Amino acid sequence: MPIEIPKDKWPGKIRTVTLGALAADGGTRAKTVTVGGEGTLPFMHFETPTPNRPVIAIEIKDHKPDDWSPLLAEVWGEAMNDPAAWAKAAEAAGADLIVLALSVNGLDGKPTTPEAAVAAVKAVLGATSLPLIVFGPGQAELDNELLVPISEATKGERLALGICEDKNYRTIVATAMANGHLVTARTPMDVNLSKQLNILISDMGMPGDRIIMDPTTGALGYGIEYGYSVMERLRMAALQGDAMTQSPMIVTPGFEAWKTKEAKVGQGVPESWGDWKERAINWETLTTIALLESGAAIVVLRHPESVKRAKMAIEELMTV
Amino acid sequence: MALSGIQIYKLLPQTNCKECGFPTCLAFAMKLAAKQAELSACPYVSEASKKQLAESSQPPIRLISVKAGGYEVKAGNETVMFRHEKTFFNRPGLFIKVRASEGEEVIKTKVSTADAFKVNYVGIDLTVDGFAVEVDGGDASTGSAQAFAAAVKAVRSATKRPLILVGKDPAALSAGLGALSGENALLYAADSANWEAMTDLAKQYNASLAVSADSLDALAELTEKVKGKGLEDIVLDLKAAKLGPHLALSTQLRRLALKSNFRPLGYPIITFAEGGDGRDSVVAAQAIAKYSGFVVLDRFAPELIYPLLVLRQNIYTDPQKPIQVQPAIYEINSPKPESPVLVTTNFSITYFSVANEVEGSGLPAWLVVCDAEGMSVLTAWAAGKFDAERIAKTIKGFNVADKVSKKRVVIPGHVAVLSGELEAELPDWEIRVGPREAVDLPAFMKQALN
Repeated sequence: MPIEIPKDKWPGKIRTVTLGALAADGGTRAKTVTVGGEGTLPFMHFETPTPNRPVIAIEIKDHKPDDWSPLLAEVWGEAMNDPAAWAKAAEAAGADLIVLALSVNGLDGKPTTPEAAVAAVKAVLGATSLPLIVFGPGQAELDNELLVPISEATKGERLALGICEDKNYRTIVATAMANGHLVTARTPMDVNLSKQLNILISDMGMPGDRIIMDPTTGALGYGIEYGYSVMERLRMAALQGDAMTQSPMIVTPGFEAWKTKEAKVGQGVPESWGDWKERAINWETLTTIALLESGAAIVVLRHPESVKRAKMAIEELMTV
Repeated sequence: MALSGIQIYKLLPQTNCKECGFPTCLAFAMKLAAKQAELSACPYVSEASKKQLAESSQPPIRLISVKAGGYEVKAGNETVMFRHEKTFFNRPGLFIKVRASEGEEVIKTKVSTADAFKVNYVGIDLTVDGFAVEVDGGDASTGSAQAFAAAVKAVRSATKRPLILVGKDPAALSAGLGALSGENALLYAADSANWEAMTDLAKQYNASLAVSADSLDALAELTEKVKGKGLEDIVLDLKAAKLGPHLALSTQLRRLALKSNFRPLGYPIITFAEGGDGRDSVVAAQAIAKYSGFVVLDRFAPELIYPLLVLRQNIYTDPQKPIQVQPAIYEINSPKPESPVLVTTNFSITYFSVANEVEGSGLPAWLVVCDAEGMSVLTAWAAGKFDAERIAKTIKGFNVADKVSKKRVVIPGHVAVLSGELEAELPDWEIRVGPREAVDLPAFMKQALN
């Protein structure tokens, strides 16, 4: 007797969002990246086909960061000194798109200037044909000061600009709207806060297909279970038809994993932690896998080996 | 149709004899209703009631227990699809596989290394759960049976933990089981060809039996046959070569058990994590998050086992009860009156991140842990559970001022915004803003606190 497989039927689906614009559409990208569109829980292809696979972004900085793990410095080498070279290396490492995370300070120790930030963005756009996400340094005033000129200088590229937070989103959303860009909206691991920020941004007139949600996550061992469950709940709310939770989700397992002691350092740790490099890559990869299983559309990583493994996993997860 | 706790209670003896292990018949009835207990635990229930309860009292996913030497790995008894709906209960067992062909000496070394492995995560010692021994390098010849028995003996000499015996040939597995005594192993695996002999073997040695088939239809057919022969301790093996199909099948099995109450597939799942270039870690991670009860790894490596054990802890944490530590003033590295006072929340991961860093630095400090309802610094702050008032109340409540000569308190960098309010709450204290991440504390303490 054939078994009747219980299938979920959902009224809603995740919104489709396209990053990057081709020359024909007013940008300079050679390819665009489209995420979202799913009408099921992650990878339940037997219910309805998954139209777009999750994608991998590699995070680069405008100049070599002084607080990244030596393992990352080792693997990216000289490229870290030049955002254009770093973006090229990231593309070669298999990135689907690039995240350029701007630093608070320049190499001279003074706050990053709008000119320097625009130059870095342009250099990256010139070096790679992949779509680009730009994160400000994460300080409200400085973010606005840098992101507005970037947005204007790259009009029509369909960049994603972040980070919009509940205390600072208006300026970024306004400039993104005016210049044909997208925004990423970050909230601290809470379903209602995610929804709330989405409402605020939508109320400004930003179309839904230009909003990406960043529900925030914790690394493996440092609160990943909170992010994991919030993402599962957001995905279910979206599928149940709640329009304000239907944006595709971006998460930053690379950033989270590489600030843990397990990944960051090799000295003065328990012997039972094993080989440093492999442990660090496992830390980043397993954080990523858990987030893919819970509904991430864009995962932002740092180490090329983790990128390789996550790519392999996505390939297999998309297999019907 | 499942019965409610009250309906079940009416069918019980209502004598509160406690022999089932619960304080009252009502408590037992509630556990039966939640499918977290088995009716067989009640010695006095009438035959008529038993019949009526049989259907509703069985957990939708049968509890399977693999036991040896005082260790037990339990799988099954799960009640939800998603951890946020309630919680996941039985952490999947992590087993390390060795092959008979590796030879006794290699096996012994490998197993004793993995057996001794212990890693501390938020105050909990984590270990591997057991070992799998595979029959390989031979067909049904006596040679392979003997080699397998020798391999099982070698494993058993190096560990007391539960075992999974892996092979297709009942004769070899029988030799392996014969080398063990007084334990409940798991046999892997019965298929359409060998299931009768495997079932007999599992029954003879009080083992559980994994069954393997190419489709869920074939799998259900096979478990019914095995059950018909009198064996109910069954584990399911999904023959899925890729992560996508494995996730789909695992999800379908869990749904069939929980939503359709489909008995023939109401058993835990076993997954073999294989493949080079880190694929095994990815397979194991998915198995832990998505519904496997037993996970078998091809190799032992601390840098792989540690993150997997942590992932398992995280996924199986009860979402309603974040792991907490006691709010208190913790003394690290024997602090003196002039040592600094650090403040953090009582979320265990937060506490241990901070405590481990300070301890590792060798610098003495008073670590004041506030009751933030088990939330991390940022989450607690956002939820209003870690504000200036609470911090001040904690500092005063634990009489920190009596212990120190320098009234200076360091708050986490993530809540720098609280410093003004805290100055108002603690007027005679100096408020300092520390780093955002615990990992940067030692440097901060050395540079900024002198």
